[in-house]
Amino acid sequence: MIAVGALSLDSDLLALCYIAAFSLFILGIRQGTHPKTARRGNLLAAAGMAIAVGATLATDVIGNWGIILTAIAAGTAVGWIASARVAMTDMPQMVALYNGLGGGAVALIAWSEFRDIEGHGGLFELDVFIPILFSMVIGSISFWGSNIAFGKLQGILPQRSVSLPGQQFINGLLLLGLIAACVVMAVDNESPSEGLFVACLIAAALLGNFFVLPIGGADMPVVISLLNAFTGLAAAAAGFSLDNTALIVGGTLVGSSGTILTMEMATAMNRSVANILFAGFGGAPAAGAGAGEERPHRSIGPQDAAIALAYADSVVIVPGYGLAVAQAQHAVAEMADELERRGVEVRYAIHPVAGRMPGHMNVLLAEADVDYEKLVEMDDINPDMPRTDVAVVIGANDVTNPAAKDDPDSPIAGMPIIETHEAGQVIVIKRSMSPGFAGIDNDLFYMDKTAMLFMDAKGAAQEITSEITEL
Amino acid sequence: MDLVDQLTIFVLAAFVGFEVISKVPATLHTPLMSQTNAIHGIVILGGLLVIGASDGLLTDVIGWIAIFFGTVNVVGGFLVTDRMLGMFVRKPKPGAEEQKK
Repeated sequence: MIAVGALSLDSDLLALCYIAAFSLFILGIRQGTHPKTARRGNLLAAAGMAIAVGATLATDVIGNWGIILTAIAAGTAVGWIASARVAMTDMPQMVALYNGLGGGAVALIAWSEFRDIEGHGGLFELDVFIPILFSMVIGSISFWGSNIAFGKLQGILPQRSVSLPGQQFINGLLLLGLIAACVVMAVDNESPSEGLFVACLIAAALLGNFFVLPIGGADMPVVISLLNAFTGLAAAAAGFSLDNTALIVGGTLVGSSGTILTMEMATAMNRSVANILFAGFGGAPAAGAGAGEERPHRSIGPQDAAIALAYADSVVIVPGYGLAVAQAQHAVAEMADELERRGVEVRYAIHPVAGRMPGHMNVLLAEADVDYEKLVEMDDINPDMPRTDVAVVIGANDVTNPAAKDDPDSPIAGMPIIETHEAGQVIVIKRSMSPGFAGIDNDLFYMDKTAMLFMDAKGAAQEITSEITEL
Repeated sequence: MDLVDQLTIFVLAAFVGFEVISKVPATLHTPLMSQTNAIHGIVILGGLLVIGASDGLLTDVIGWIAIFFGTVNVVGGFLVTDRMLGMFVRKPKPGAEEQKK
């Protein structure tokens, strides 16, 4: 190498920079575990990333600056604008999209590596080639699977389970075919066929689509979390083939975190990860009691709801997915403020899977300036429910269904719920009687103490607020 | 570095990940997922390393897209996480968002 050597990092210094980078990742994640330090933790992790990228760019193997600089500039612009504009309610699909891009990058890097080794007529050493094949397959699955998850959450694709006849069989065949093709390439490691490599990329893309399409919209958080772990592992595999410690450590950290998050989300829904991924939830509707027959329910208007709330001593609001969709968090927070001005105690009961991801509802309510201390976890609020005058269920459904406790045959039997049926009175704000994601009737809606307010969450909260001020 | 060294790092990193991450309260799961999502954008290093060896239009295009995807993943991921976590910062009552009145 010519004069570049003077400017470039030697390998020890590069290794030290990588050590600094992944230490910052670990510190950043650890600080991310406390509300007070989480933001600083994110900055630390971002600083680690800057060090890793900067140090890599300063090495003398880097070339093709035109490509690097234009790609980084374009990526920065797109990432910056997208994250500045996205609404808080759309965060989950944003994470899905970013996750997919990471997976796509891994798959494309694997392809580049393949072409690089092939172009130099080199032998595909198995300790390099196997990680390349792994990151190609998993990266492609993650890219396409995440895009489907994005489409479902954004409402571009149907939320419901979509599948071909014999879907599991087709998926199984695709997976077997992929493994077989990878084995063929690995055995023929003196001159593996690029056509076969690209065919595998495409087969993995199909598998990613087929894998996520049959899963219902409500389960997307679990899927995104799993794909997040997948992308992490694929990145770690790329680290093996490129012999890069920053990639191995960074990718592996994400792989383990995604795995834990996936299991925690599944536990909160009282289902196994396997059941979510392969059962096609929502595909077998109308298992609930009284399917087909009209059951009597009571419907009220916003002024009735305002009176019930304004003269209560304690009110518990149960926010759900519908609140997030209607962007109603500000309107609901104003309603709660108005009630508190009248001396009503207002708290929010947060189900572990409220919103679209664990913690998503907390973020939405924090955005609406709701005091952190008023958000009460399910296990802490349930004992207080019998002493609560009015429970207001806004856009939540299955998480309040008493059948989960009472009916051992219910598809959601055993799922932890917020026990609104124990409260003195229940007001359910919902657009219609349609069932939730579990596809079953909610017994709560037919109880004598329950009144249905058929409006969208935002409009209802606004009207109730103005009715309260006129009382 | 030989394969055994790499596997050592891999296994240790996996355990560190489990230990550090399993203590997060549910409230912070979404921001944490977003942050770790940004961290796997580290794959951008792979893109930077392979593009130097590119010797054809197709490889250039593949590399450009890979670096572009990786950059969006990193930049967007960290910014979006910062925005989410900014929501948890206690604001004094007359918040800055009320200027429209």
